[in-house]
Amino acid sequence: MKIPFDKLDKAFENRLRLQIMSVLVANQRYDFNSLKELLDITDGNLASHLKGLEKEEYILVNKSFLGRKPNTNYEATAKGKKAFADHLDALEQLIKSTKS
Amino acid sequence: MKETEIQDELASIRNLMERSSKFISLSGLSGILAGVYALIGAAVAYVLLNSSFDYADNTSGYAVVSLSMVTSLIAVAAIVLIASIVTGIILSVRKAKRKGQSVWSRTSRELLFHMAVPLISGGLLILIFIARGYYGVVAPATLIFYGLSLVAAGNFTFSGIKSLGLCEIILGLTAALFPGYGLYFWALGFGVLHIIYGSVMYLKYDK
Repeated sequence: MKIPFDKLDKAFENRLRLQIMSVLVANQRYDFNSLKELLDITDGNLASHLKGLEKEEYILVNKSFLGRKPNTNYEATAKGKKAFADHLDALEQLIKSTKS
Repeated sequence: MKETEIQDELASIRNLMERSSKFISLSGLSGILAGVYALIGAAVAYVLLNSSFDYADNTSGYAVVSLSMVTSLIAVAAIVLIASIVTGIILSVRKAKRKGQSVWSRTSRELLFHMAVPLISGGLLILIFIARGYYGVVAPATLIFYGLSLVAAGNFTFSGIKSLGLCEIILGLTAALFPGYGLYFWALGFGVLHIIYGSVMYLKYDK
């Protein structure tokens, strides 16, 4: 049986990207600071991965102000949710194929 | 990628989805203590009511109580409420610290907001009813609105809290069918149910 590695999404090759995506799929929206706190990573690291996901059109960025503080919110797009589900399916397939 | 790596990956995803959307530092012990406070409060209220007329033999339906009695009953309820909230906050902070999570996070803010909407609207409605002399609605309405706030909270913390909320709502509706027995339903809903729920949560998650 052919192992379906090719079905895995390249955009999720990085573990952090997959983690960011899982948070955005589980929640309607999430802000930058809460994401940073949850994943325990640096500003720059998080920002670059968010950029990557944004470029794939997997997430939408909403910039607004809370008083004077900038508040950036992210949400998963339909395309991103589908890619995430497909990626999980592919991982599941991989486990099944290695077992049999 | 090896199989164990994939399993790890999936486990970390599941964990993140759970942690990002649910506040899991609620302590079971605080549920038990809130139940105990409520039972003590109910006992105090019972004694207070008994000093003016025999609550247990009250078959007329609605209680006739003086204004000073109403004030002291509200005071008892307020003390029970404040003591429960303070206990809940202290124990949750402790549990969160032990688990290395932050208490004031996005999920706890969401949890508080969604609980506050039914609680504050219900609380104000009940105060208005008390001011207008409709004391009979207090027991059923407190139980129902509290139940609604727990059902709302269930989306942001352990889902078991939803079942507790549904039980409180059913109890509140039943209380509305049996006017004059409000205090007993109150003791059952805020006392006994909390102790049962708190014990289940404590055994399931805190140990």
